[in-house]
Amino acid sequence: MDFTFTEDQLLFQESVRDFLVNEVTAERIRARWDSESGRDQALWQQLAELGLTGMTVPEECGGLGLSSVDFILLAQECGYVALPEPLLENVLVAVPTLIDIADAGLNAQWLPKIAAGEARVAVGVDANPFVEDADAADLLLLQYGEELHAVPTTETSLTRNPSVDPSRRLFRVDWQPSSVSCVASGESAAGLIEMMVNRGALAAAAQALGLAQRMIDLAVAYTSERQQFGQPIGSFQAVKHHMADIAVRLDYARAPVYRAAWSVAHGLDTASRDVSHAKLVACEAADLAAQHTIQVHGAMGYTWEVDLHIFMKKAWALNSAWGDAGLHKQRVGDAIFGDARSIGAGGTFP
Amino acid sequence: MELNFTSEQQAFRQQVRQWLAAHVPAEPLASFDTAAGFQQHRDWEATLNKGRWGMVTWPEDLGGRGCDLIEWLIFEEEYWRAGAPLRVNQNGIFLLGPTLMEYGTDAQKAEILPKMATGEEVWAQGWSEPGAGSDMAAIRSRADLSEDGSHYVINGQKTWSTRAVWADQCFGMFRTDPESKRHRGLTFILVPLNLEGITVRPIPQLDGLPGFAEIFFDNVKVPVERRLGGEGEGWQVAMATAGFERGLMLRSPARFQETARRLVQLYRDNRESADRDPAIRDRVLRAYMDAESYCLTTYQTASRLMAGGKIGAESSTNKIFWSELDRNMHATAMSILGARAELLPHAPDAEGVGTWLDGWLFSQSGPIYAGTNEIQRNIIAERMLGMPRV
Repeated sequence: MDFTFTEDQLLFQESVRDFLVNEVTAERIRARWDSESGRDQALWQQLAELGLTGMTVPEECGGLGLSSVDFILLAQECGYVALPEPLLENVLVAVPTLIDIADAGLNAQWLPKIAAGEARVAVGVDANPFVEDADAADLLLLQYGEELHAVPTTETSLTRNPSVDPSRRLFRVDWQPSSVSCVASGESAAGLIEMMVNRGALAAAAQALGLAQRMIDLAVAYTSERQQFGQPIGSFQAVKHHMADIAVRLDYARAPVYRAAWSVAHGLDTASRDVSHAKLVACEAADLAAQHTIQVHGAMGYTWEVDLHIFMKKAWALNSAWGDAGLHKQRVGDAIFGDARSIGAGGTFP
Repeated sequence: MELNFTSEQQAFRQQVRQWLAAHVPAEPLASFDTAAGFQQHRDWEATLNKGRWGMVTWPEDLGGRGCDLIEWLIFEEEYWRAGAPLRVNQNGIFLLGPTLMEYGTDAQKAEILPKMATGEEVWAQGWSEPGAGSDMAAIRSRADLSEDGSHYVINGQKTWSTRAVWADQCFGMFRTDPESKRHRGLTFILVPLNLEGITVRPIPQLDGLPGFAEIFFDNVKVPVERRLGGEGEGWQVAMATAGFERGLMLRSPARFQETARRLVQLYRDNRESADRDPAIRDRVLRAYMDAESYCLTTYQTASRLMAGGKIGAESSTNKIFWSELDRNMHATAMSILGARAELLPHAPDAEGVGTWLDGWLFSQSGPIYAGTNEIQRNIIAERMLGMPRV
């Protein structure tokens, strides 16, 4: 039993954080909003050069062969900068799903290219119906009832659905399923789709942790500067207690996210329960952070100009992406209301 | 990261489980806030100590097992699962014990720890005073060193002193430098409660039982050997004790996970009436998740401390998290019980109410004692987040 990350994992987190904070500035996020693609192709190449796009790709396909536990701290850092590029959707969702599908031809065709940053895969399931970055993807993994399909983007029709978060590029995908595109059906498809939801929700939860931390940092900086009644507003207890409330919820949301990463990486049969728990508490922490940090920013928080909304809007969106609270509460409820003997002291770890 | 127990840890769990199965009293003990119940709990401490299960984290030569924090968590899980009695001497074994090991002289350790371990001496704490609650540095009770330097003469009053009605000893802070202000000039002193000049006046708590007391000191002579740490260093010693209190040792996750388990069971047993209020299912879910989050976070902290890390302001987020969780869980149980919720356990029609009412009353104290949650929020904002002090 050891709930710590390794020195290597922590060092990698630190170097990725430094890179992202330098490269994914609020200024450059705003520049993407005004561009047609909404994305930064040069940054994607840099992410590939750092090995990030291939982290979960097996070594024989040109990747690093690492697990969701290895990537979870990096996912948190992606949240901290509100990274618009679909790194997590590729590394934490699409690649592991391709590996799970275990279609040799599909894997040989796509995994090396993903690792090299030359191809992207986007994912659409009923729980997450709007497909992020479908326009920039080469291949789409799509749920069709009780089947899973792999469809070249060129064979689909995309309709853009603008989001409150200008960084998110969401699409309705119209397409025709065929026996050629079907890669799994029946029970095996159901299992794959459940794991896709788990992986997507895990990525959302980790990002929510980073977003909450970023909103705290912005609000602490602002309330330490902004003066009213002759002193920084951050010295007032009402403001402090708003911020402390976020810190409490965030402090207790991290370990559930790391445990969920472990459950997913090891294919535990509690993975769905653990991911849903993590997604609910992490998104609640980010949601509370959004609510309290806009409040302590006063009117400035309600403007387009102040950067807070970049992070706040992403937190709102992630609340219901990859399964809304209803879906995740249902899954936790199914796990614990069936048999109360399976929970309680000593039942946390298998 | 390795979230499985080793085979040694699993064997340890089995060992704890077997001993508890053979020794935990079949009938629950009376409340330790009654004279009879206090004696029963004192006897239970002796039983635990005989099996060397009283202070598992203490070193072996002091009657412990030298357990690390993960083993301690396993022990606690089994202890709460087994429904074993509450620890009447928790102020001693979890707060003063570790402080003594850090600051005590060899003579103090030899004199105090063995009797603490057997339950022969039960400890109360003396922090608060009528004018010093959240503002602990406002302590006014005096301890004046005698001219020959052999003893202190204590005058003043302590209050909200938990377990003091039947306890044998009390530890607390007293002002030894009359000219001093705030947290300077305070000294940590260990006071036997049978000394001449001490009056203990019980204070009934919310349940009507005298769970705490006022202690009056009227020219009480305490040998200087009963000082813990240096004169005027009381604040530093007390902070170490308060750190243990807010930190890991007292609020083991197992306690809250067992409450959550019982709450899920209560909801299942009363589903039809409970579901008329759609909020209840959500509150039960939340209880499970928060208790689980608390456990996971504690294992994470324990792992970090075992790897050489230090505990910091997170002991303040900890205090807020468990105390609000505990209150919320009991509030949910009260809602599920409906009209029966207010009935005392021995009421003729109180079937199925269990111990929820007692727990509900006790849960009111969590956000208040050991530093109110408002004080904790200030600490978090200033020391953890770095927000400006006035």
